[in-house]
Amino acid sequence: METKGFINRLLKRNEIYLLFVIIGLSIMLSIVNPNFLTLENLFDILRSYSFMGILAVGVLVVLLSGGIDISFTANATVAQYVMAYLLVNHLKMNIFLAILIPCVIGVALGGINASLIYFLNAPPIIITISTLNVYFGVLQFVSGGKWLYNFPVWFRNFPKVSVIHLVNPEGIPYGLSILTIIWIVIVVCTFFILRYTTLGRKIYAMGGNTEAAKRSGLNVFQIQMFVYCFMGLLAGVASIIQALLAQTVAPNAIMGRELEVIAAVVLGGASLAGGSGSLVGTLLGVSLIATITNGLTLMRVSSYWQNVFIGLIIIISVSITALQRKAVARRVTAVDVEE
Amino acid sequence: MEKFLKMKNISKLYTGVRALDDVSFSLDYGEIHCLVGENGSGKSTLIKIISGVIPPEEGAEIEIEGRPLDISHFTSKDSINNGVHVIYQDLSLFPNLTVRENISFNVHVEKGHKLVNWSNINEIARNVVKDIGIDLDLDRVLGTMSIADQQLVAICKALIGELKLLIMDEPTSSLTKNEVDSLFTVVKKLKKRGITTMFVSHKLNEILEIAERVTVLRDGQCVGVYDPDDLSHEKLTFLMTGKKIEYTRPDESVVKDNVLLQVKGFTKKGNFKNIDFDLREGEILGITGLLGSGRTELALALFGINPADRGEVVINGKKVSIRSNGDALRNGIGYVPEDRLELGLVMPQSVGNNITVTVLDNLLNSINMIDKEKKRRAVEKGVADLAIKIPSVNSAVMTLSGGNQQRVVLAKWIATEPKILILDEPTVGIDVAAKSSIHETIKQLAARGIGIIIISDEIHEVLYNCHRVLVMRRGRLVRDAKTRDITEEQLFQIVNVG
Repeated sequence: METKGFINRLLKRNEIYLLFVIIGLSIMLSIVNPNFLTLENLFDILRSYSFMGILAVGVLVVLLSGGIDISFTANATVAQYVMAYLLVNHLKMNIFLAILIPCVIGVALGGINASLIYFLNAPPIIITISTLNVYFGVLQFVSGGKWLYNFPVWFRNFPKVSVIHLVNPEGIPYGLSILTIIWIVIVVCTFFILRYTTLGRKIYAMGGNTEAAKRSGLNVFQIQMFVYCFMGLLAGVASIIQALLAQTVAPNAIMGRELEVIAAVVLGGASLAGGSGSLVGTLLGVSLIATITNGLTLMRVSSYWQNVFIGLIIIISVSITALQRKAVARRVTAVDVEE
Repeated sequence: MEKFLKMKNISKLYTGVRALDDVSFSLDYGEIHCLVGENGSGKSTLIKIISGVIPPEEGAEIEIEGRPLDISHFTSKDSINNGVHVIYQDLSLFPNLTVRENISFNVHVEKGHKLVNWSNINEIARNVVKDIGIDLDLDRVLGTMSIADQQLVAICKALIGELKLLIMDEPTSSLTKNEVDSLFTVVKKLKKRGITTMFVSHKLNEILEIAERVTVLRDGQCVGVYDPDDLSHEKLTFLMTGKKIEYTRPDESVVKDNVLLQVKGFTKKGNFKNIDFDLREGEILGITGLLGSGRTELALALFGINPADRGEVVINGKKVSIRSNGDALRNGIGYVPEDRLELGLVMPQSVGNNITVTVLDNLLNSINMIDKEKKRRAVEKGVADLAIKIPSVNSAVMTLSGGNQQRVVLAKWIATEPKILILDEPTVGIDVAAKSSIHETIKQLAARGIGIIIISDEIHEVLYNCHRVLVMRRGRLVRDAKTRDITEEQLFQIVNVG
């Protein structure tokens, strides 16, 4: 009885279908290329998608509150560039400062977004498109578009840290990267905030019905401030991860990724209207995009085609949700006709 | 008997307008009281003063449970501390959260709590629901429930604090008969526990069934307090409007012999079954029934939005197929939706643009641009035909009163010169005086030879404005009668009991 109810409840969640799609795709991909379904490849995907995964968590929180943030890539770029500049030019930097500085910058820029949205009472999409241009424009002007590289040795060695040490058949060692661990820690913390703090519940409430939230005495400004600063913080963290992975910092490397991240979160079932979405869904959304991209790369499909595939997958999954909603609406309007 | 609430000398001025003028009002412990009045009569202002949202003018006296209030420092928090809760029409709940969290939501807001105690939230919700003996699935997401159940959730939420007075704004306007009954059962249970309930309404409806006293407001003044047994529909209308509105069955001489529309064996699975009726030129036909009887579904089928599976539609003796609203328009059928604010009008646009939006193709000049002169004439005709009162045709529709907005919607459809006009709840949310003038307009349209179908759940509206009435129940047509052959009580019986 218990398990049956549990399965029924599971099947009612949209996320489960995403999981089915991912499993189906993985089976297909591993038939075509046996390298796909190996632990080594899985660890590799988890490592290279920790950047996008962390940003997606931030975007989810913003969407839940009923807002949206387009500027987080510019935010991350600024944070990353300042860190990289200090790394290259000041020998006194260490790992703590390298983490702290981008985080502080991210939070500060997020705070600017929240303040503008609240005090101008303007749509978040307009404000964050504007701040995206301002943050990025200023950076380009100041940096002159110069690339930064030649980081200290410890910075180059840090991303190689891993747990679970294994060796593949060719004798090359691999493991679960520290970058993936950071991603997992962020997901767990965010889960705790959303589920077990009153702040988290207030974020959901505000996204569900802002007017009722105000009437219940919630401090809208405080919640918005948290949400956009949290997004900024995660943009800062993600920017470090990206720098660690790439080992070069260009002022335009992260730009243009914002829609891909938002798409992954929406694919994971989060509503652009606010109030609904889950971390599990977001992780699955990111996984789906990762699976497709990685699988197509293993199949040597051109990266242009990869974009087409991702676009199509999003359209298909959104249509499924829309059709489901239509079916529900039809059931609701039906009349109990006397036969 | 001691009063729970006593109010004296209550006035309120808004930039010179007297919203409330020296009103006195009182509530007994545990009574069920109904406050009625038209839009703008001061009902909402009175509620806002009771709930501490706005202060009354100097000189007002308010006592709750015998304790006089310091009215200049009375806030909504004080009001809640005194056990007063208001459930607004929009309910102020969170559609994305579960029932349990909605009921216990205020626990999150209480000071000093940083972490959520889910078992506490659970227990609070479970106890309240058990306490008033209703059946609610606590795990359900609120947004997936009916309005009636959401309302019960709102009541449960109010019960979490110390509830002494529950004020409900228009609670029955979107409920079916059964749902209203179960709401009343809950209210009676609250009464047993000594909780006072106050309903606020501008509709002359079921609320009168349960109310023990009725206070009528008009133009910011208290007309009086009445025993509902002494109030008839006519008397209450008179008290609310101050005007004697004549209720007579409409003139049948305008109905011609020529049959405009014939519907035969109209069926749609899960919507309605075997519907047969006809509509003559100049006739006003009312279709009534409870919420969920299939009346709206039938209207939408005739307009092609919700096409029928089987059946025949004959217009002017010619069999036609209506599969989309385009088909309906081509055959001279117009449809005015119930939700005129969302579906019928472009609110920020001007009256002129709204009236002509259905006929833009007729206003083109030789180079296919809109001809300003043609448009001006069309707008003027619409405004004059329907006696829309506006400062200018360029005024935005959202600045008009409900009655005038409804006229703009009508004008927009009249511009298409329809042969048949379907009106879904044409006077919902409009006050009594504006209502009767809309009804007058509808009769004039019929006299011009248009066949009109009114969908309405107000028996009174159907009976005194239609020539003929069809009653639907569970998707079937159960009665087709001339309104002059039927009394209000009979029609009420057929609709509600069967």
